[in-house]
Formats: sequence, structure tokens, C-alpha cells
Amino acid sequence: MTRDLRFFQAIHEATDLCMARDPSVYLMGLHVPADPKGIFGTVSGLQQKYGSDRVMDMPTSENGMTGVAIGSALVGMRPIMVHQRIEFALLAVEQIINQAANWHYMFGGKDAMPLVIRMMIGRGWGQGPQHSQSLQAMFAHVPGLKVVMPVTPYDAKGLLIAAIEDNNPVIYLEHRWLHNIFGPVPEGHYTVPIGKARTARPGRDVTIVATSYMVLESLRAADLLARDGIEAEVVDVRSLRPLDTAHILGSVQKTGRVLAVDGAWRSLGFAAEVLALVAERTYGTLKAAPQRVTFPDLPSPSTPALAQHFYPRTVHIVNGVRTMLGLQEVTEAQLGIQHETPLDVPDKAFTGPF
Amino acid sequence: MDAGLARDLYFRMLRIRTVEEKIAELYPEQQMRCPVHLSVGQEAVAVGVCAALASEDYAFSTHRSHAHYLAKGGNLKAMLGELYGRVTGCCQGKGGSMHLVDRSVGFLGAVPIVGSTIPIGVGAAFGTLLRKERRVTIVFLGDGATEEGVFHEAVNFAVLKRLPVVFVCENNFFSVYSSLDVRQPSTREIYELVRGYGLESLQGDGNDVEAVYGLTKAAAEKARAGRGPTFLEFKTYRWREHCGPHYDNHVGYRSEQEFEEWKARCPVARLKQRLLQRGLVAQQDLDGVEATLTDEIEAAVAFAKASPFPDPQLLGAHLYAP
Repeated sequence: MTRDLRFFQAIHEATDLCMARDPSVYLMGLHVPADPKGIFGTVSGLQQKYGSDRVMDMPTSENGMTGVAIGSALVGMRPIMVHQRIEFALLAVEQIINQAANWHYMFGGKDAMPLVIRMMIGRGWGQGPQHSQSLQAMFAHVPGLKVVMPVTPYDAKGLLIAAIEDNNPVIYLEHRWLHNIFGPVPEGHYTVPIGKARTARPGRDVTIVATSYMVLESLRAADLLARDGIEAEVVDVRSLRPLDTAHILGSVQKTGRVLAVDGAWRSLGFAAEVLALVAERTYGTLKAAPQRVTFPDLPSPSTPALAQHFYPRTVHIVNGVRTMLGLQEVTEAQLGIQHETPLDVPDKAFTGPF
Repeated sequence: MDAGLARDLYFRMLRIRTVEEKIAELYPEQQMRCPVHLSVGQEAVAVGVCAALASEDYAFSTHRSHAHYLAKGGNLKAMLGELYGRVTGCCQGKGGSMHLVDRSVGFLGAVPIVGSTIPIGVGAAFGTLLRKERRVTIVFLGDGATEEGVFHEAVNFAVLKRLPVVFVCENNFFSVYSSLDVRQPSTREIYELVRGYGLESLQGDGNDVEAVYGLTKAAAEKARAGRGPTFLEFKTYRWREHCGPHYDNHVGYRSEQEFEEWKARCPVARLKQRLLQRGLVAQQDLDGVEATLTDEIEAAVAFAKASPFPDPQLLGAHLYAP
């Protein structure tokens, strides 16, 4: 049976289901059992159900504990490690990149490395430069890692189950602004394959390739563009590595135009990768120069007064498409966009502190 | 120590010494195209530790891993194949000297980033505990690794969870060319610092294989009995350069005199002398063993040199586990 769940509930359900199915799955992270809010609700009650051996808090030792997860994976466990902010995982980059990513390859395929690391991308409410960085490109740059960014609750559950069952290190990136969105989620076990993109909305005029929360902004943009008769196809990449290049190229070959939308920095990032891919493989069939909508190459500011000029929104995506079609740019007022909620929170119900 | 074991320790050390000297001899041929970090002079730690373990016990190592690998029972042909970059190597040529592995004897891996296998070894011990297995995990590390944050993170967790792990610190006084006295206060011993974490922490003579064996045996039995981790520091000395086959006393970071003092304490010669003195072996026994070893090593080198290189298709293989 399928019912509507929130994104965080989908993560919880996937974890619960995998722990029930496989005794080698265990969950660890700083505050994982201790946080009264259950890491945004994603792990609530799991320690009571599975015990403190399988749902455990950890020392404030991100690199060391990533090594512990790796070592336990080598002897048959399937650890899930949780970082409430992606920035904390940076303390563990040595173990993630040097060790987890390379292990299977450098030992000639002798070992599997079934490890999931959940990392949360913050945004808004003044979280500033060390609590709201989007570092997907950094992790996705590394061969040996898999990097997924679910957007829908359906994919949040299916991709997490796939990640837990995968015999490789998977970086599972959750955007804080997605935790409370609703969507249909089937009960029981299912997986969403890692490495497969999804057409979130079909269209013929332009392909918008988007990641994570920016898929939602892109869908809003597509609705607004449709009012002017412009049919945008929105591709939700879901996995940055492996990247479903065939899906992206297939869409671009159909539409002849591509706009890459990534909630991350512009230079040397995922949007740049999409443009390079399209330029290499579809040059000559494009009807317009590829474009990208990204963060500026700046640290994210804390104050809402500056943050509202830092994060690209629906209007920027609309104008990215209009530019490619040779149309004049429009304002939010002209589009009739009214911000009922302040721009530094994900929804009306949000009152901080996260 | 009984005669059989003492003789066995000697032969194991001699085998490693002979392999390492052979590598040093062949390295200038330019056919082993990977960095090598030789353990000549440090054999007693590897052999004393691994002889105290069961085959199913786990071990993790560092860039200087040849002795640990061989002492744990790793396959000599697979090791040399790996050094020569051949498909018969233990990593099919993808690892080289610094990434030895042999799961069949519990040698779960070696890496050259200082300190990085320490938490991984602790994690393996944690995994065995969760899986209710009675294995001991040994983590080999150098004195330099005790300066890495991850060492302290890992020891803290091992004590917190009373893990069946033994940390074996081979203190050879040098991190590449930087001596211990520029890296750590001279008034402090490593094992005394570590004791502050709340685990038993002991120091032994790293050039005395029987002493190493005794301390490790006790620590491993304690770990197997569920009584938690132990830290063992063994002072020993690297005879040759940090990386490569040569002697490097002329470059100025250590004195010839210091080197000669340590060489006089050669762990292999020391045990040989003891065996002869105690009448546990006769000179002709030793001569016979040395000849057998030479044959074995020549055969392994020939095997490695005759082995094919990996097919280019292997470049793309093993990116992900199935």
C-alpha cells in the first residue's frame, strides 16, 4: 500500500526496515540516540527497538569513527553513519576518500566496503558558512564513492535501502529543506537503483538538469514557463556518481537546450560537469548555449538580508530558460510570485532554530 | 620458552631478513616500480607479535608492512608479485608494496597514510565483537602515528567499548627523516602517554623477539577473554632508508655511531646466539635452513618476474564491489 509520508519518515522507515531484515546493519552518529528530536525524526525510537549496540552514539571523533565503520564493514557489518551537517563529515574526509573509496580497488577487489554515510546540507536561519555548505561535487569527484541526493520521499526511502544493501561506500546527501515535504511512499521493501536519473516532468523545449532541493525550484519554474507555452523537461539526477549520462543526453538531444541547476558553487562543480558532458557529446545539435543556475562562488552568508541574494530561486531558473530562448528576463512580481514565508526557512511551520 | 618455538621465531625472522635483503639487492634493477619500505632491523616486532596470534586473528599494517605480512602468514609469491606489479600479486598489481592483503591469514590490509589503519583495525575489532566472534585484532603502528589525531580517537573508542584489540607501536625513532625528539617531548614515553586513556600500556625491547612474543601473548589472551585492549610499545631501529633499498647514514639525520649501536643489537643475530648458547640448534641445522630459504626466495622472485602484468582491462575493474 502506498500512502503519503514526509521525507524524514521515509528515511526512518528505510532504516527500520533494513535493520529488521539484516542484523549486520547498525546505525551510529553523534547524538543519534540522544537527540530529543531524533535527528529531524529520522532515527526516533530506533535505539529502543534495536538496542544500544545497533543504534549508538559515538565519541566526537568523526575521522576515527569513520575508520571504525570501515573496519566493521570489512568484517561483515553494514554501518550507517549520520552527520547532522555535511561539515562534520569534513573531519572524516581522510577516511572517506583515502580509505573507503579506494579500498576495494587498491586491494584488487578482495574486499567489499558496505558503508552508508548520511550527511545533511543546511540552509537558511542564519546557519552560515560552516553549517550550510553543499559539497556534493567534492564527494562525487572521487572514484569509488557513490553519491546520491534524493528529492522525493519515494526516492528517499528507495535510495536509502539501495545504499544500505550496496557493497560500496555511499554518500547519502539530505537537504534540510526536504525533510518535511510530503509524497507517496509504498510500504515494505523496494529499492531505487543508484545511478539512474528520473524525469520529474516531461517537456520538449529545454532540459533542466537539477539536484536535490533545486529539483523542486525547477518544477515550480517549469509550471511558470508552461504558462507562456514553454515546456521544460526537468531531470532529477538522483545519483551524482554514478551519473546517468544516457538519461541526461537523451533528454538534451530531444530538447536541444540544457540548463543545469545545482544548489552548490558554480565553478568546478556539478553544473559545470553537466555542461561539459553536454558540450562534449551533443555539440552541434544544441539550439542555444548551455546555461547554469548555481550559488555564486562565495561562502554562504548568515544574515537573511544577504542570504536571500545568495540562494538562486524559481525566478532565476525561469530567467535562465528565457535567456536561452532569447526572451526578456522577468521579475518575481511579473511572475506573480509572492513569498508568504520568509526566504530563509523551508516552510511556514518552521520556527527554528534549525 | 620451549625450543621448538624459539627456533621457529628465529627462522621466521631470518626468512623476513633474507627476503628484505633480496628486495634491496634487486630494487636497483628498476623492475619493482613502487616505493618499498624495508623492515630490516625491525623483524623481532613483526615475528614476536604474529607468532603469538592465531591464524584467524586479524592484523592491519602500515607502509612498512612486508615483515608484518610475512609474519602473519602472507604469501611470499603474492607479495613479490605485487611489488613487481604483476597480476599474480596479492592486489593484482593495483596496490604495490604499500597495500598488502591476505584475507586467508587474517591480514586485512596495509596503507601508507600514517595512522589511518588504526581506527579501521579498531572497527574490525568492534565488528568481531558485534558478531560475537572471539578474534583478536592487531594494529601495527609507528611512533609517528601516535601524533595523529585519529590514533587518539581510536584508542578512546577501543577503551570505551573494551574491544579485543592490541595496539603494537614499533618505535623506530624516525618519521621519515624527522627524529622523535623534534616531534615529541623527550621527557615523555609514548606508552606512558597512552596509559592515560585507561588501558594497560607496556613497553618492551623491540629487538628481543622472545620479549615481544611474551608481551603480545598476554595481551592477546586478555583481549580474547573480553578484558579489553592493550597498548604495547617496542623500541627498535630501522637500518635502511625510510623508503628505498639503501643505507642513508651519510645524509645527516642520524649518526653512524647510533646506527652501529643498534646494528650490534640485531634481533636475528641475537636470537641465533642464544639458540646456539642454549644448545637448541647446531650450526649445521642453521646452514641447512639458510640454504632452503635462499631457494624459496629465489623461486618466489622468479615466479614474480615470470608472471604476466595485468591486462589493460583490469584498469577499469574493481571500481565497485558487485
